[in-house]
Amino acid sequence: MKLVIINYGAGNIKSIQFAFNRLGIDAVLSNNPQEILAADKIIFPGVGEASTAMKKLKESGLDTLIPDLKQPVLGICLGMQLLCNATEEGDTQGLGIFNTTVKRFSNNVKVPQMGWNIIKNLKSDLFTGIKESEYMYLVHSYYAELCAETIATTDYGVNYASALQHKNFFGVQFHPEKSSLAGEKILDNFLKL
Amino acid sequence: MLTKRIIPCLDIKDGRTVKGVNFIDLRDAGDPVALAKQYANMGADELVFLDISATLEGRPTTLEMVLHVAEQVNIPFTVGGGISSVEDVDALLQCGADKVSINSSAVKRPELVNELAEKFGSQCVVVAIDAKQVNGQWKVHLAGGSIPTDIDLFEWAKEVEQRGAGEILFTSMNHDGTKNGFANKALAKLSETLNIPIIASGGAGNIQHFIDAFKEGKADAALAASVFHFGEIPIPELKKELRNHNIEVRL
Repeated sequence: MKLVIINYGAGNIKSIQFAFNRLGIDAVLSNNPQEILAADKIIFPGVGEASTAMKKLKESGLDTLIPDLKQPVLGICLGMQLLCNATEEGDTQGLGIFNTTVKRFSNNVKVPQMGWNIIKNLKSDLFTGIKESEYMYLVHSYYAELCAETIATTDYGVNYASALQHKNFFGVQFHPEKSSLAGEKILDNFLKL
Repeated sequence: MLTKRIIPCLDIKDGRTVKGVNFIDLRDAGDPVALAKQYANMGADELVFLDISATLEGRPTTLEMVLHVAEQVNIPFTVGGGISSVEDVDALLQCGADKVSINSSAVKRPELVNELAEKFGSQCVVVAIDAKQVNGQWKVHLAGGSIPTDIDLFEWAKEVEQRGAGEILFTSMNHDGTKNGFANKALAKLSETLNIPIIASGGAGNIQHFIDAFKEGKADAALAASVFHFGEIPIPELKKELRNHNIEVRL
């Protein structure tokens, strides 16, 4: 099993690497196209501001490489958002894998959403062994609108897509690497896809 | 629904966990990594590590400890104490910290909040505010609560929110170490005037205090140290009781 975490300078990738270490898998951090293409499984992380992250992807040419990947890809947090059509954050064009738009939470809730919330309406092998209404850790100010590719939903002022799947591409808004045992189970499920 | 968070705070000095009573006397309460793992298993929602020696003595926060915690703990954690630059934060995040908390350095140079939010995102910028109520006025204090300022708590909190703070960790110096409950009125005012999460800190002595901090204080999270470190309030029991009072928690 060769697992690569795409390292494009956006986000806390160490915690993802450590989470896989706890599952007994050595994940490689890389922005090298050859290394990414040769991987069995790929994690596309991201924390921070969307337009800055997209700029970094473009600088390394990863914006054209990622959509062509055939292996299972898991976008986490901002990584998931960048796989959508577009995001309101910095008026940023996404990679267009998930046919949905990312919007900012309205001010009738505290922004960012920070903490543990439930995921429900689970429908994907990614969630094998995960119970409906399991708690996941989330930190975000923008959310993906519900769409046909939604595989989990969460309520925070609005009912939104907290996980998405299109073919070999998976995306989760929550941080499985920080979501205790249930989060680790989801990462383990991804390894077994 | 987003749940209310329970956050044990581990005060760190020389790589060991200590707890100051009113920030002065120190008692040893163990190894930070072992404690962190234990708290994660018990159902703590998050952890905060404060290098209490850092601001007073200028000692940098121990990156090595942060790395060990990140390796072994599967819940989010914040690191604070002696952080005064973008470089300090970069190093901590590289070691696996999820958030950083800044305090005195933000008061000395408020632009730091903007710089951190722009470079790393608001989600990892916690601004810790130590304040004391003097003649009815809440005033910000610096350097672990030892230096008073003329800055108003609520004005300062609003300012750091506008500068890009993602969260406020409010410690009442009047309540810290007393075990008489949190500063619920000030908490409620903060929670109502700001649109970012507020962590209540200082004064936890029993389970009812947590119920009050969430119901009366409208806090998003509650932080405590010694009641957890010395087993006075077991976290599973606390969360069960919160749920019995219709407060949403992760169980």
